[in-house]
Amino acid sequence: MKLTDINSKVDPKFFKEHQRGIYKSLEDKHTTIEEIDSEDPLNSKMVLNMGPQHPATHGVLRLILQLRGELIEKTKIDIGYLHRGVEKIAENKTYQEFMPYTDRMDYLSPYSNNVALCTAVEKLADVEVPERAQYIRMICCELARISSHLLWLGTMVMDAGAISFFIWTFREREKIYDIFDEVAGHRFTVSHSRIGGVANDLTDDAVARIKEFVEKFPQELKDWHKLLDRNRIFIDRNQDVGILKTENALDLGATGPVLRAAGYAVDQRIIKPYLKYDQVDFEVPTRMEGDNLARYFVRMEEMGESIKIIQQCFDKMPKGPIRTNNAKQAYPSKDEVYYSMEGMIHDFMMTDTGICPPAGKEVYHAVESPKGELGYFIQSDGTGHPWRLKVNAPSLRNLQVLEHILDGEMVADTVVIIGGIDPVMGEADK
Amino acid sequence: MSLELNKTEQGVVDGLSSDFSEDLIDVYQSCDHTYIRVEAENIIQILKFLKEKHHFIFLCDIIGTDRYTSDERFEVIYNIMNLRTQDRIFVKIRVEEENPHVPTATSLWTSAGWFEREIYDMYGVRFEGHPDHRRMYMPEDFEYFPLRKEFPLLGIPGSIELPNTTPDTE
Repeated sequence: MKLTDINSKVDPKFFKEHQRGIYKSLEDKHTTIEEIDSEDPLNSKMVLNMGPQHPATHGVLRLILQLRGELIEKTKIDIGYLHRGVEKIAENKTYQEFMPYTDRMDYLSPYSNNVALCTAVEKLADVEVPERAQYIRMICCELARISSHLLWLGTMVMDAGAISFFIWTFREREKIYDIFDEVAGHRFTVSHSRIGGVANDLTDDAVARIKEFVEKFPQELKDWHKLLDRNRIFIDRNQDVGILKTENALDLGATGPVLRAAGYAVDQRIIKPYLKYDQVDFEVPTRMEGDNLARYFVRMEEMGESIKIIQQCFDKMPKGPIRTNNAKQAYPSKDEVYYSMEGMIHDFMMTDTGICPPAGKEVYHAVESPKGELGYFIQSDGTGHPWRLKVNAPSLRNLQVLEHILDGEMVADTVVIIGGIDPVMGEADK
Repeated sequence: MSLELNKTEQGVVDGLSSDFSEDLIDVYQSCDHTYIRVEAENIIQILKFLKEKHHFIFLCDIIGTDRYTSDERFEVIYNIMNLRTQDRIFVKIRVEEENPHVPTATSLWTSAGWFEREIYDMYGVRFEGHPDHRRMYMPEDFEYFPLRKEFPLLGIPGSIELPNTTPDTE
């Protein structure tokens, strides 16, 4: 007896159409669930719902897996549980007001998001940023990259079965939080970047802390390499798992370490250098295998490269102002606000209307965030808030890849593959 | 304003004006990037031409915009990248307000799937021939399109059925 109507198996409590739509699309691609199949007397075919609330899904991600025994036949990913309408909010706020919201998108590397928005707006409104501010941004962006990769490393290794590693990476992350606390006054959602520069200069204490971190971290990294690179369990769980071929990576729109592990070295820092990335010397780690192990190596090597970039930044960073002097483009310093009338007026104006780029101008600017290409597309209508602001989120693009690479894998590997993709749902759902 | 096109962009503009001269509407530049506006009907052929002849093989994003009070209310912008020279161009089409629909680009790039679903979810522009045309963030029975300019920032009360807060008694 063949069950042709899959819907009768499903009894959703709410959003019936959505639920049916998902099951329908699973049904279209492959065979339907059969009630009693002569070839499948044990009923090993089933649809497994994983998430949305599961520690291994790294946020609110729901996977609908059609299984045949232990094998995944087809995956559908259901996102949107964290949708907050960030783009709608952006269109109703001034550019600077939107800054704290960017922190909460990819909440594992807030600084990269701040810089992405700032650089896009600065390009749109022709704002010159002093050199020192650009170096400060670079240093903090690279710290954010390390911090994001550390969380990925801890959780991914935990997904593969090792617990203590998570504690070690968090110990290092904690040091980066302390640095951000000193630099920006916040540990987590920093909002340190300002349109036209940064909020405040690095203090001596902050510089000392960063230098200490940069000095000691490579040794940690070396130890971790020693532990994992030749670890039989780790390799067996990651090698040839979740393979993404180069042509598929390009077809599916992969980005960041996922794309680079599949053999294509696209890095926004190289192809379209922003800030002062053309002044420093670094490499873009790339692998050919495209499996989970390759993604591990790419991210581990990227952390080493970030350390190199930070060291060079300290050598090259000049003294000088950290924000543009034009009062129509950036917030005045607090000294001016408290002691001069013009300063106060401009502070009010920046808060009230903010910077007004010319009407009809459009900009797309992408930075290389830890997850990949993070781009902001902004259309201006001449007022202080964007007419249209669209975020090109790397997590969204990589999750779409996940929907395809899970097909044909074992169900036990799902968790490790999700870990290897490193999605952040705050960014994917927007 | 005169255009400052590099070699790849010049090649694209020349190619389009010879092969698709009737579809090409406008070429302009804004903040370092080149935007090409074309007719919506032949968009798939144009994208295919760019992909195959000019090596724009990487689709980075598809952007939807709402021009609100203007004619041809919606805009769909394809953000594509040439991986040989690593140049990026934007191809734009405009869509009518009444029954907006565009042919899907999923036959060229699988990655278009989610981007198109996102635009449908937020603006209500339908993509003909899309293999999995569901809403992305909003529930399927939600009647409105939140990024349209007339949708209020605070939302429409009662438009989303919220889950029960008391546990089931069955």
